[in-house]
Amino acid sequence: MIDRKQGLAAIARHVTDADIVLPVYSTAFDWIDIRPNPLNYLSHGAMGLASSHALGLALGRPDKRVIVLDGDGSLLMNLGTLVTTAEAAPKNLFHFVCENGTYEANGGHPIPGRGHVSFAGMARSAGYKNVYEFSDLKIFEQQAGAILAEQGPVFVCLKIVSSGDQERDYSRLHGPHVRKAFRDALGAN
Amino acid sequence: MSASAGVAAGRTVAGLSGQSIIREIKSSGIQFVVSVPDITTSEGLLRPLAKLTDPRLIRICKEDEGVAICAGLSFTGKRGLLLIQQTGLLDSINAVRGVAVEYNLPICMMVGLLEKEVGVMPRQSKRYGVRIVEPILDAMGIAYHNIEEDGDVGKIRPAIDKAFADSKPVVLLIGQRPS
Repeated sequence: MIDRKQGLAAIARHVTDADIVLPVYSTAFDWIDIRPNPLNYLSHGAMGLASSHALGLALGRPDKRVIVLDGDGSLLMNLGTLVTTAEAAPKNLFHFVCENGTYEANGGHPIPGRGHVSFAGMARSAGYKNVYEFSDLKIFEQQAGAILAEQGPVFVCLKIVSSGDQERDYSRLHGPHVRKAFRDALGAN
Repeated sequence: MSASAGVAAGRTVAGLSGQSIIREIKSSGIQFVVSVPDITTSEGLLRPLAKLTDPRLIRICKEDEGVAICAGLSFTGKRGLLLIQQTGLLDSINAVRGVAVEYNLPICMMVGLLEKEVGVMPRQSKRYGVRIVEPILDAMGIAYHNIEEDGDVGKIRPAIDKAFADSKPVVLLIGQRPS
């Protein structure tokens, strides 16, 4: 299993200041400390929708890489997004899922199908051509850069464990200042 | 709000041209139509829209996806239109609440009213699933407009322009099958 912060740091090494990144819930609180940047798109409005926001961003700005850092519980709430994204086929969209088998932000209860569901398998069946799954940090670190240089849509499942307690100040994700900062930064890019 | 509460049920209405609606959609600067098929708008709107490259049609699996796709598009300066049925609107209320209303985003929804009787205003419909739509939108503070005959089509572009100018959601209720 991959420690989430270490897995995110491996991604961050290949993320530029011009990239749009959409991290969700627990991943978001780790990510915004690893890569504080106004092009982090943090306000998703309802659980499960980050990848759909990402599709809109990717279609609207095909010149920019759009990277989703999803959760397994979140993806389960919006599985159709895999089919929709595969059909729309944005070349600039990268969908990572941090799989820890729990609804971590909602009390740590297990997700349905924990340990049996294959998110990579579902992405492949939905029509994604470039699909990966990692549970070893060193192997992921070696391949992360090449994966982020591929033509999207790309799907990557990271088998992770939490990096420990977090201070969850949701105003850092949902506050109007966050969306204004993103809008201003995207407009200037 | 342009709801016409109090209008007598069973009034005579003219037809509704799908091509006129498409002209309004295009003149409103809509670049993406995001849709789950709706039987009211299936033949007169969605099928001809699917033949166009501009606006581009994005077929989605569930309506709440579309709310978020249109939100993402809005941040890029592109205009999306969510074309769905009222059943999908009802299914997506939490997404509309969180994304469109609480974030003040210009999510434009064109909603076919399944089983609404032609010439009957939605509030006066005998169908529960139709009758509740406007009160729910009122409760959510979302602007809406009834588009039931060709004379109503002129409301579309100003409604979409206002949604983007004010950064607020809007719903366009399609009250009969466009030809």
